[in-house]
Amino acid sequence: MKPIEIAKDIYDVGVNDWNIRDFHGYSTYQGTSYNAFLIVDEKIALIDTVKKEFSDQLLENIAKIVDPKKIDYVISNHTEMDHSGSLPRVMHKIGEDKPLYCSKMGLKNLSRHFSQKWNYHGIANGEELSLGKRTLTFLETRMLHWPDNMFTYVKEDKILFSSDAFGQHYAGYEKFDDQIGDSIMPHAKKYFANILLLYSPLILKLLEKVTELGLEIDMICPDHGIIWRKDPGKIINAYAKWSSQAPEKKAVVVYDTMWHSTEAMAEAIAQGIVDEGVIARPIHIRSSHRSEIMTEVLDAAAVIVGSPTINNQLFPTVSDFLTYMKGLKPKNKIGAAFGSYGWSGESVKLINQELEAMKFDIIDPGVKIQYIPDQDGINACYELGKKIGKAIKG
Amino acid sequence: MDKYVCSMCGYIYDPKQGDMDNGIPPGTKFEDFPDDWKCPGCGASKEKFKKMRT
Repeated sequence: MKPIEIAKDIYDVGVNDWNIRDFHGYSTYQGTSYNAFLIVDEKIALIDTVKKEFSDQLLENIAKIVDPKKIDYVISNHTEMDHSGSLPRVMHKIGEDKPLYCSKMGLKNLSRHFSQKWNYHGIANGEELSLGKRTLTFLETRMLHWPDNMFTYVKEDKILFSSDAFGQHYAGYEKFDDQIGDSIMPHAKKYFANILLLYSPLILKLLEKVTELGLEIDMICPDHGIIWRKDPGKIINAYAKWSSQAPEKKAVVVYDTMWHSTEAMAEAIAQGIVDEGVIARPIHIRSSHRSEIMTEVLDAAAVIVGSPTINNQLFPTVSDFLTYMKGLKPKNKIGAAFGSYGWSGESVKLINQELEAMKFDIIDPGVKIQYIPDQDGINACYELGKKIGKAIKG
Repeated sequence: MDKYVCSMCGYIYDPKQGDMDNGIPPGTKFEDFPDDWKCPGCGASKEKFKKMRT
């Protein structure tokens, strides 16, 4: 990808990773991009780098605008290696003694990633750095989503370089919200659900703080995906909504199955929910990626989990899903469990324990059925669905 | 009473404020926390905290 001038003398020099499909366990079926930004002023600053494998492309992109050796400052908004991985090549090329700005936690974390003794400058929150006509302001955004994260804001252009926040895993030739339209929103939602959901309380505080500071924002440049320039308020409002975790009238029925019995139960439960006029999505875990399932969980009012009992345990993919969901700390959910079993039948009890630990509102002890559900069993599942549907309607 | 800082994420425990989200009322000394208390910032355990110099 060629560099793109996103504002006068400010360039996206990042790269598209077209072929990545598994991003540390997150499914990226349309790839992703690693955005990095070059500001050419009296002093020249590079904000973030890209994944190590793409460091040559990053340097080629920079060279199309300026000789990389002329870069005066490097800003690291985030230590994670998809943004810091090219630091060794970049610093080697531009001069190992050039100042490297990061948060104080960034300083600690970069030192744990790279053995080089770079000329680190750990910023104080709110610190400014003049580039000549422009000023960079550094704002710590600790635990959004690592201890080291920070934003870099250019007040003269009203541009916020937001690191991973407001990003989306998407590779395309479109680089702006007005070029791609609303089809980017499901990618932004998925990113929030899988990376940021557990930090919702911090995001709400951050949004309040941004309003309080009266930060004017004409453009938001995240480190992944498209740049928000037509309507940055759209993604900010979406974050406010997702962080509030106000549920939609929707339930997800997440299950795995061995001989289709738990599957039949899932479908009967979903039918009961739908017949109450509530949206229901049955999701078979092995046919879906966990990151897709979490995206559906984000705005669901109820998460109903089903598992067969195998060797006195949960089916392993159900444990995988429950562990993943627990870490992301979804709030305001109704929960219930179901499952088929042969002889011991522990699965429903084990699921309930997990849902309780996640502080879900468990509105029913759940349904367990030996071997294959007969009509009575199907009816019990349908009734459970109706009960869930009624509870969602309130 | 001393403030403590999480060496993993930088969260600062200030006894004046407590940590009400986790049932720690203001005025509680860090030394008196239950052993299973976790950092409200990042979830790190108690031994990752260091006393802040005053």
